Amino acid sequence: MTDHRLDRDGVASTGESITGAQSLIQSLESAGAENIFGIPGGAILPAYDPLFDSRIRHILVRHEQGAGHAAQGYAAATGKVGVCMATSGPGATNLVTPLADAHMDSVPLVAITGQVGASMIGTDAFQEADIRGITMPITKHNFLVTDPATIPRVIAEAFHIASTGRPGPVLVDIAKSALQAQTTYAWPTELHLPGYRPVTRPHSKQIREATRLILASRRPVLYVGGGVIRSRADKELRTLAELTGMPVVTTLMARGAFPDSHPQHLGMPGMHGTVAAVAALQKSDLMISLGARFDDRVTGNLDSFAPDAKVIHADIDPAEIGKNRVADVPIVGDAREVIADLIVALQAEQDNGNTGDYEEWVRFLSGVKAKYPVGYDAPTDGGLAPQYVIERLSAITGPEAIYASGVGQHQMWATHFVKFEHPNTWLNSGGLGTMGYAVPAAMGAKVGCPDTTVWAIDGDGCFQMTNQELATCTIEGIPIKVAIINNESLGMVRQWQTLFYEGRYSNTDLQSKRVPDFVKLAEAYGAVGLSCEKPGDVDATIAKAMEINDVPVVVDFRVERDAMVWPMVAAGSSNNDIKYARDLAPDFEEDDI
Amino acid sequence: MSTHTLSVLVENKPGVLARIAGLFSRRGFNIDSLAVGPTEHPEVSRMTIVVSVDESPLEQVTKQLNKLVEVLKIVELDDRDSVERELLLIKVKADTESRGQVLDAVQLFRAKVVDVAPDAVTIEVTGNAAKLRDFLAVLEPFGIRELVQSGMVAIGRGSRSITERTLRPVQVPVAAAHVIPS
Repeated sequence: MTDHRLDRDGVASTGESITGAQSLIQSLESAGAENIFGIPGGAILPAYDPLFDSRIRHILVRHEQGAGHAAQGYAAATGKVGVCMATSGPGATNLVTPLADAHMDSVPLVAITGQVGASMIGTDAFQEADIRGITMPITKHNFLVTDPATIPRVIAEAFHIASTGRPGPVLVDIAKSALQAQTTYAWPTELHLPGYRPVTRPHSKQIREATRLILASRRPVLYVGGGVIRSRADKELRTLAELTGMPVVTTLMARGAFPDSHPQHLGMPGMHGTVAAVAALQKSDLMISLGARFDDRVTGNLDSFAPDAKVIHADIDPAEIGKNRVADVPIVGDAREVIADLIVALQAEQDNGNTGDYEEWVRFLSGVKAKYPVGYDAPTDGGLAPQYVIERLSAITGPEAIYASGVGQHQMWATHFVKFEHPNTWLNSGGLGTMGYAVPAAMGAKVGCPDTTVWAIDGDGCFQMTNQELATCTIEGIPIKVAIINNESLGMVRQWQTLFYEGRYSNTDLQSKRVPDFVKLAEAYGAVGLSCEKPGDVDATIAKAMEINDVPVVVDFRVERDAMVWPMVAAGSSNNDIKYARDLAPDFEEDDI
Repeated sequence: MSTHTLSVLVENKPGVLARIAGLFSRRGFNIDSLAVGPTEHPEVSRMTIVVSVDESPLEQVTKQLNKLVEVLKIVELDDRDSVERELLLIKVKADTESRGQVLDAVQLFRAKVVDVAPDAVTIEVTGNAAKLRDFLAVLEPFGIRELVQSGMVAIGRGSRSITERTLRPVQVPVAAAHVIPS
């Protein structure tokens, strides 16, 4: 044991002289980092020497983008801060996409990058890039460290900022000279961040006002966003929903926050939302938004979005409230605390005999839900429907598994056809829409939850952007499973070409049933490669994949090419114009309430 | 659109100006004028930012600014309830014939001649935007050779201070899980 004294500045200091690199690794240990995804290089090299002896596990990835998405997947699955590490210049710039992704989706991330020595900064030195400048718009905060004495404080601040308030990515750029210099290690016991004071406790006046609106409304809907997952408010949400009987919709980022099997759940709203979820928002007289941000993919044309609805908007980030839609009752606070306070207030009202009257509304929505379930037409030629593959994958694997997806058609099918029952089991790139997210994110999730089955449901286009991380998975013993929904196309783009560009398929034909051979590719990476192209083989193939738990498995599901994602609201259109299938609009307008 | 004056207190750290300028540009807000300088607290800088926006985007830009970790406080100053000043240095043609008239203008506007050359004078003047505009109009006919103007600085009237209490330390306990390694 080293002697830890508290010095005058309230920091625990060991007093002995160590390098900045040693101080960095000790700081990361103190901050609670268990895993780091990264790649060494010149400027960060000093940090890799003490890391060699650290209790922190470093996972050597094949591309820094993979490190970033893996840290995201780790964070999204566990709720802990994900950590990635890269060298200066290209190492750091390769982290830009995952940082932007984490920024959009509020993922707690700390990225450590090496920087050229302090005296070289600004000289266009070898592998120099102003990564702090580059990442200013896509991080919650970032630091450039040139003084080794500040390393512990900066790391403590980085973890604190990343994980509190609205979570997000924090980048710490450290000059090589600071890593090499001698310093003393002193972990702070207090942080001084006078400009950073996230509000988590909602104002009681706003809760009272929200309660009044909820009881007075006739057509309320709980519009649940990713904030409910990040604040771990799923149990409170269920209590609130069951206490009041209000219908629930969960956005793409909130899938799993409320069980899909729950009768009050209407599914996902938005551009590819269920008819019932879209109708619930559109026809509501009160929208209770919890940790959601009125994204354009949810609202469609803003002017015609939920025209009769009053809005209660609860978010931990005040800047989200009123950004896209005026809020009648703004509530700044953590989703869990907001919901907990609403439960107390509504329960008290209920004890006095005051309850909302939503019976007619619930009956109407149940009718819409029953009439317009999410479905698909199986191909008549015996080909494989992508939706069927995902439906079976979910049924066989079950709701305890973690599902990561890329971006595009397969993502939308996954969100509809995987039956989610638990939070943190659905990982995807919602805001930025990053193709290639699935494989590295699944890898990170598997590192965080080694005893849980992790499926990457990926597209053939997405898979080819980041599949090099299969090497990492094999070598590091991270047995993820990958289901490639191979329609040999950039499917979502192709769908738009079908619908809006007269079927002129400009540059969306990937020919991935021919090149590459995904089975051989998997085998080359030391994974098991399987292939399936008949509906009758799907169950057996999935069962086989489920039996393999020592190495990664890649299944090439060779699906029909022309399947489209329905329902759909065309970009920029009103949600009233939702199409249930091509040229087929739901007629819920007729049985208006 | 209307003009708004924001006083922004920030931590005096490198890169803060870039963060704020970047935020304005990427969210599509134009800065009319910007002035940065120290305050009575060495660790706090004060920016006076003048923007032309409507009320609702102004609220959004204020909220976004508040999210920056190094921004301590934002106050919108009402022009009726604050003192606003800009500084103008102006080089005007002034030969023996016109110099007298130029100096008259300097007197009238309570400006000051800070440099003299055989055929020009350099004048320093402070005031609000309207006064400087009027002064320029008067000098225009003599021929303006060069002009440099500061951003606006502004301060609220009365005895209250916006910097009070900004440095009130908020101590954030480091999470208990963050154990010191042995």
